Amino acid sequence: MAHPTQPNRLSSGGLVDRTRTLSFTFDGKTYTGHPGDTLASALIANGVMLTGRSFKYHRPRGILTAGSEEPNALVELREGARREPNTKATMAELYGGLSARSQNRWPSLSFDVMSINSLLSPVFVAGFYYKTFMWPSALWEKLYEPAIRRAAGLGRAAETHDPDIYEKATAFADVLVIGGGPAGLIAALAAARSKARVVLVDENASLGGRAVDDASEIDGKPAREWVDAAERELSGLENVRILRRTTAFGSYDGGTFGAIERVSDHLAAAPAGVPRQRVWRIVAKKTVLASGATERPLVFGNNDRPGVMLAGAVRTYINRFGVLPGKRVIVFTNNDYGATTVTDLKRAGAEVVALVDTRPQPSEMTKRLAGEAQTRLISGGVIVGALGRHGVTGAVIRTNSGDEVKLDCDLIAASGGWNPNIQLATHQGAKPVWNTTCHSFLAGVLPHGMSSAGAASGALSLDKALASGAAAGSAAASEAGFATVPVSVPDARAESEAITPLWRVDNPRGKAFVDQQNDVATSDIVLAEREGFRAVEHLKRYTTLGMATDQGRTANVNAIAIMAEITGRSIPETGITMARPPYTPVAVGALAGHHRGKTFKPTRLPPSYKWAKEQGAVFVETGLWLRPSSFPRPGEGDWLDTVKREVNTVRNAVGICDVSTLGKVDVQGTDALAFIEKLYCNGFKTLGVGKARYGCMLREDGMLLDDGTCARLGENHFFITTTTANAVKVVQHMEYCHQWLWPEMDVQITSATEQWAQYAIAGPKSRDLIRRVVDAEFDVSDAGFPYMGVGAITVCGGIKARLFRLSFSGERAYELGVPARFGDALMRRLMEAGKDLGVCAYGTEALGVMRIEKGHISGPELNGTTTPRDVGLGGMVSSKKDFIGSVLGKRPGLVDPQRPALVGFRPVDRSDRLRSGAHFIPRNAMASATVSEGHMTSTAYSPSNGHWIGLGFLKNGANRMGEIVRAYDPVRNGDTLVEVVSPVFVDPEGGRVRG
Amino acid sequence: MRIACPYCGERSLDEFVYSGDATVTRPDAASPTAMEDFVRYSFERTNPPGMHRELWYHSAGCHAWLVVTRGVATHTIASVEVARDVARAASRTSSDPAAPAKDPA
Repeated sequence: MAHPTQPNRLSSGGLVDRTRTLSFTFDGKTYTGHPGDTLASALIANGVMLTGRSFKYHRPRGILTAGSEEPNALVELREGARREPNTKATMAELYGGLSARSQNRWPSLSFDVMSINSLLSPVFVAGFYYKTFMWPSALWEKLYEPAIRRAAGLGRAAETHDPDIYEKATAFADVLVIGGGPAGLIAALAAARSKARVVLVDENASLGGRAVDDASEIDGKPAREWVDAAERELSGLENVRILRRTTAFGSYDGGTFGAIERVSDHLAAAPAGVPRQRVWRIVAKKTVLASGATERPLVFGNNDRPGVMLAGAVRTYINRFGVLPGKRVIVFTNNDYGATTVTDLKRAGAEVVALVDTRPQPSEMTKRLAGEAQTRLISGGVIVGALGRHGVTGAVIRTNSGDEVKLDCDLIAASGGWNPNIQLATHQGAKPVWNTTCHSFLAGVLPHGMSSAGAASGALSLDKALASGAAAGSAAASEAGFATVPVSVPDARAESEAITPLWRVDNPRGKAFVDQQNDVATSDIVLAEREGFRAVEHLKRYTTLGMATDQGRTANVNAIAIMAEITGRSIPETGITMARPPYTPVAVGALAGHHRGKTFKPTRLPPSYKWAKEQGAVFVETGLWLRPSSFPRPGEGDWLDTVKREVNTVRNAVGICDVSTLGKVDVQGTDALAFIEKLYCNGFKTLGVGKARYGCMLREDGMLLDDGTCARLGENHFFITTTTANAVKVVQHMEYCHQWLWPEMDVQITSATEQWAQYAIAGPKSRDLIRRVVDAEFDVSDAGFPYMGVGAITVCGGIKARLFRLSFSGERAYELGVPARFGDALMRRLMEAGKDLGVCAYGTEALGVMRIEKGHISGPELNGTTTPRDVGLGGMVSSKKDFIGSVLGKRPGLVDPQRPALVGFRPVDRSDRLRSGAHFIPRNAMASATVSEGHMTSTAYSPSNGHWIGLGFLKNGANRMGEIVRAYDPVRNGDTLVEVVSPVFVDPEGGRVRG
Repeated sequence: MRIACPYCGERSLDEFVYSGDATVTRPDAASPTAMEDFVRYSFERTNPPGMHRELWYHSAGCHAWLVVTRGVATHTIASVEVARDVARAASRTSSDPAAPAKDPA
């Protein structure tokens, strides 16, 4: 009884829900299907066999498989922002309103202009690109590549941001079972009954694998009933997690697996708050690989025509989806399992035109099946070519005696045997080993903690799959430390696994494809061999075989076997290719999860953030921190106006800058001083309690690691600051020194960066301002609190605080620290208290300008290749102690006077702008990298000088004051004459900081 | 890869930072051969297959430095020790009389 609108839909059978109808479109035309369908099964139900054009030759292609190995039926799914190219129709579950389009065709699927490539196929042979477009190379970018890219179409990605949510999750398992077919299900049952934590993943929407696809019987009943019972039991156990629609895509060290769960891909759109996909990291003590097997196509002429389908896929469409892909079918096989397809076809009402068995002496079983299906058995025959262009209309068969007969048909169901899915084992380095029983590769020595069962282990027959699964599940749970409960293996018929390999049909009629997704035919392999590309890795790269998104799952073994035949070597001698993750493509968006846009990294907000935001500050990202870069006021034309005002306010009145982002580390212990002495290149023995000192830390190779201040708060208590950028690195370094180099030292290190809000209060009126917040009993006079003084004080009526008299700006300045929770309040209090003093907040721009004006080093100078001597601090390096970097810092190359040293620069024409990155070259030299004498590291417009200034490293710089060199910046057309000057542009005597 | 931190238990690789060879000992800076000793200590490494003793830092965890004995071809981890304990044990057994042997315990 035919379905009213779906001509190929069977009236019963399969897991689809015929009571509900879903409407969908393909290339704009509307069709219907049922819940439980994939796009592929629904298209087949509607008689749509042509689904796309091939990548290189634009040949018409249809649906080859029923699973994730599909090389042909790739479509663009969904619309607009959710449009996704290269989606496998065989994996896309049908939902109401689904819209899909075929790819690689213009203007339409049935008439494609680029199919001219097919006629030109003698030109487009293996290595075509290498041979044709070798020369001239300049034409590659301009001509060849754009043209090839247009012709070699892939789908179009969406052009706007992905609106969906992706997330990441981690699961821990005692036993991970990969694959929910019969072997995986019974393995999961065996492990779960022992109380082990079990995670079962299966890439399909429903479990059962080939037991359902083949409508097998278990315990004398349809396998579906056993599968349902197993699933019910597993679902009811708290120690079991079943992940459906989840593909384990990679296996990694230490029992770690990556899996992608398609949470909402079967819906029109993910419900609010639900991710579209979820990437799982599964950490398993033991793993049972029950990932099944992939059927091999047979390689014959025009074996890529729509209507040539894998025999197993034909059974799946009949038994799982209730659709019949053809009415008049030829089954073509080299093995008994393939021959069973005639039974399913007959039961579904198809006419089986012939069973073409490549074996001259087919098994008794095959003969019996042919008899039962009342079909003609052609023993020792082969299909030399499929007939028909947009769909199969017949086949030319060469019989055992060499005669050719032509038979009409609309479907060819072909089976070349099965390849166990061992990819997840080979990801971990398991070498594939050729097995002469199933004539395919099995994983040799499995990775630590992994076992395999079912078809993945070569056990194709259902009875063996169940037995191996039960054994593997029990063993895995037992090895994971659980007392196992014996599992009775249900009855299933032993099935014949007999196969006589046939890797390709001799003298095919038409192109015989090996890799359908990348359009690699047997003729390409022959050519590769002739041209010397015999090694498997060469074959792969020369022909692109196996390099498409399907990783050649239906292609690789056939290709290796064909190469072996041509070269007269055995298959193991010819070689193998190892699979790498991912087993199936994984969207980058899914791997990113929620780490995108603003949530790519965490954002750290300084304590005054809220206040600064209220002031309309402009923010800049410095590492994870969001810091105010400037505080523009109405009427200021551009950022430079603002920065000039902020600098001038600090230089003439008082300004406040949030410096809480500087790293702060508390160091205590009886060996704290000795430890500090090891860390810094300069001496701290003479530093009294209540004093701070500037210091530099080096790496062991003598290069600057970081700079900052070190304050002595007590005899055995130091508080150090680091640059914002190196805060984490310095703590790591200190922990290394303490834990590994000098573990005997009594010292404790605690990062206190986030515990303290700290403000720089700088300018000639800074003391007046702090006097107004520091409690009266504390003396902040210059006598009581001199330059580099440090003290524990209280502010605003008893709030514990620390005051440091430090200056980065070159002005009289203080840093005032309070517990972070008071940071916002203190900022507001300071701004209020300083109103009549003309106080302003200043950002990182003004901070940077003032440090350049003072010649202080910062990130651009602390670039990992500079020494204290390079930055003009050679004099402070101690020669009396051992510290990190003390020995290697004396290497001859590092003390060479010709080494670039830090100096200042000003433009000869004071109106010129300077740029960081410019190279210094002699005035009259030809500009080239070989005459570079160093480079400009930091530049700023100096409001205090009224012109641009710069810092940079110049060869022998300290001895070249007054010299004029070129600052050459070809990238930005900069070529400026600059004068070498002292790096200190403001108050070189340093009187201001002392007040 | 997973590393069993002695303090935190087994954790994923992305919590750790690799930071060099755990078989070298920082030389005596006062030795007449200090320069060659430090060059060898800082720069000269062989990279044999098999087990390596490596320093790892549990940066996204407890901040412990660890000595991890790891097969570089297989990523098999034979042992994870607290670096401080390894360093202390080494300084106690050192034949160098100048080596510190102070034990706070």
